[in-house]
Amino acid sequence: MDKFEVKVFIRLRPSVLDPAGEAIKSASSKIGVEGIKSLRIGKMIEVKIEGNKEDEIKEKIDLLCDRLFANTVIEDYEYSINKL
Amino acid sequence: MASFTVGIVVFPGSNCDRDVSWALEGCLDIKTKFLWHESSDLKDVDSIVLPGGFSYGDYLRCGAIARFSPLINSLHDFVKSGRRVLGICNGFQILTESGFLPGALVANKNLNFICDDVDLNVITSKGGWFQKLDKKQYIKLPIAHGEGRYHCDQDTLKRLIDNDLIALKYKNNPNGSTSDIAGITNEKGNVLGLMPHPERACDESIGGIDGLYTLKSLLT
Repeated sequence: MDKFEVKVFIRLRPSVLDPAGEAIKSASSKIGVEGIKSLRIGKMIEVKIEGNKEDEIKEKIDLLCDRLFANTVIEDYEYSINKL
Repeated sequence: MASFTVGIVVFPGSNCDRDVSWALEGCLDIKTKFLWHESSDLKDVDSIVLPGGFSYGDYLRCGAIARFSPLINSLHDFVKSGRRVLGICNGFQILTESGFLPGALVANKNLNFICDDVDLNVITSKGGWFQKLDKKQYIKLPIAHGEGRYHCDQDTLKRLIDNDLIALKYKNNPNGSTSDIAGITNEKGNVLGLMPHPERACDESIGGIDGLYTLKSLLT
């Protein structure tokens, strides 16, 4: 059985206002960093998982993302899988 | 025949369960029973309240983990049978996360935790959760939330409007909710989710009684 590391990125959908992102954007300008056009906060989840094939891992991660990691009413997700 | 009993679901992190019990038992003389979230036996209760609080510490998203409890799983049949379910604050968040109600609750627009009394317009008579005295009705209920901004897409909003599913709207939207929405019902009307706390408005000595009618309507 192989070991895989999965990194899942969860982002608020573009149509959902991100007030925390706006607050950080405003703080960024206070330390003199200019030019930021957009700043949005997401989540990253790291999963280490065992399995035989990458397809099998993908199936499990899709299930986790759709049912638990993300609320697809307000969030989008993407992930990368690396064989360890 | 056993007397009408309202089940109050207790998750790790619920903190309004006892308030709901106090309001129902002390103010309305309605029998209550606490239901631990790991139980799936709902045969002794006639309606259910999902109380406010921070189930599972609001980890990941508010209500995201609570939806996988055995009790929420058995709630599907309970709702199908037509019995009534009231989700207050975190209970509303759990109902949207579990798909009983559409949309989602996200962080307040101003990022503040808002603890205040708010004026609300009663919009629908669906489910009979609110007293309709005349065409337009205003009630005052307390809110206490950091993540109470109701969000849904335009198609969902249209469906809510077309099917008369918007239960309550804020008069002065405190949190940036889509279309000022403070509470919605399902199509059948037997499930209501709302951010305001009716159980905190059940006695004049604590500032109002506008929540009594909604709690009393659990009996119908």
